[in-house]
Amino acid sequence: MIKNPVKKEQLVKWVLVTFALSSLLFLFLIFIFILFEGLPLFHKIGLKNIILGFKWAPTKGSFGIFPMIVSSFLVTFGALIIGAPMGLSCAIYLAEYSGKRLKMFLKPALELLAGIPSVVYGFLGVVYIVPIIRDYIGGSGFSLLATSIILGIMILPTVISISFDALMSVPKTYREGSFAMGATKWQTIHKVVIPAAKSGILASFILGMGRAIGETMAVIMIAGNALRIPSSILDPLRTLTGNIALELAYATGDHRLGLFSTGIVLLVIIMILNYIANFGIKRKM
Amino acid sequence: MSTKIAISGLRVAFSKNEILKGITIDVHRNTITGFMGPSGSGKTTLISVINRMIDFEENAHIDGEVHIDGHNILDGGQNTVELRRRVGTVFAVPIPLPRSIYENIAYGPRLRGIGDRIMLHYIVEDSLKKAFLWDEVKDRLSMSALKLSGGQQQRLCLARTLALKPEIILLDEPCSGLDPISTAKIEDALSELKKDFTIILVSNNTKQIARITDFSAFFYLGELIEYDTTERLFTKPSVKKTEDYIQGKFG
Repeated sequence: MIKNPVKKEQLVKWVLVTFALSSLLFLFLIFIFILFEGLPLFHKIGLKNIILGFKWAPTKGSFGIFPMIVSSFLVTFGALIIGAPMGLSCAIYLAEYSGKRLKMFLKPALELLAGIPSVVYGFLGVVYIVPIIRDYIGGSGFSLLATSIILGIMILPTVISISFDALMSVPKTYREGSFAMGATKWQTIHKVVIPAAKSGILASFILGMGRAIGETMAVIMIAGNALRIPSSILDPLRTLTGNIALELAYATGDHRLGLFSTGIVLLVIIMILNYIANFGIKRKM
Repeated sequence: MSTKIAISGLRVAFSKNEILKGITIDVHRNTITGFMGPSGSGKTTLISVINRMIDFEENAHIDGEVHIDGHNILDGGQNTVELRRRVGTVFAVPIPLPRSIYENIAYGPRLRGIGDRIMLHYIVEDSLKKAFLWDEVKDRLSMSALKLSGGQQQRLCLARTLALKPEIILLDEPCSGLDPISTAKIEDALSELKKDFTIILVSNNTKQIARITDFSAFFYLGELIEYDTTERLFTKPSVKKTEDYIQGKFG
């Protein structure tokens, strides 16, 4: 044992610094690795032909991933349209209306949603959502709509938990001030509490988007994975993540590099979203 | 002088802890009435019954009657939102909403459905003037209210309350965190305002109570010890406890 307390403090500090830096190193390595593998193809085929190309036929030299970029954004916005209002309403109910006991029970229960493996969501989608859409609305059921619904549910824990924290961090005195001026509960919530928590709520949406755009397993199970831009919400589609997961197992040569290029595009999109979310959260402080 | 607020046999308990032990007091119209007493005497709780902000406390048990203009506001059917428009409150710590100066004051009137811009401008200007704040902020009404000094924020909160056109104004130690100059400005404003409003001022500062109130009530451990005109209470208190408090022997 080290007796000298000063030395012990130093040791603890350096151990912690080492671990902190190594996790940063992992991030850095992942980034370098993907760039290293994927960039040569950008050089060879051209950035424009990849990002704006419509045709994905990697064995024949076409690496256009534009339909997948569009599809990824479509499912993400679809998820947001379904998940954001639901999640925010839920967070408002939890933060403003539910009693202490209910809150203590409901919040961990909702966070449990985040712990369900994505393959289970995909499974539920295939077994329930897809047949319902096929039977009652039309198409094959494997569609933008089905994917948006499942992803909308999957982003709920993110949206709820971060919006809830944002709403709870609004000082109680704001609410009291508003009530004392004769505001009703709903007037107080939508004129004082939500504006005060606005940046945190937006951050929750953006982090939810990040979760949706990165989701893979559930998406390939229900999206149908067709290689084109969907023309209706009942059409199948293929996302960036789905493309990598579906083809990496057998891809070789340029095909493999093409999948890494897909990864780079995905990484850049997610980084931008996270940056925006962090910016939003910081502004609140 | 007629009675504006008549409180009779008011008891308030949190769980088993009785905070107010049967308060009976009449507050007169167009006067400033001071509520004083050491902390824990129940002054703030009494205020929160009059504006029914006590509804937000869990486990509060209320007994007794509080009549405003002869109508019992503790009735189950009392509309608390409407009540709080008639009974304005200024808290100990000024709490402007995180909005501009203008929006802070227009908030209450807008909730009442006043959307006319000229009318709102008039209310904002009038309220700020009555709170002796207009000259200091008239050129920067769109500035965030949170950037004002503490004394200005408190006068903003007073102006915001005035914009509701209430009948009663409750002030809960409004000057406890303020410097003497800001305090003097608030006191000047209150002395003007009593022509139009019934004002209750809760304060620990006996000198302030003596300076500006017409009637004073002394509370101690949840009971009303003495209530009289301020002049008589401060010159010839009939209870020894009141005299000791006024002279600063405890508190």
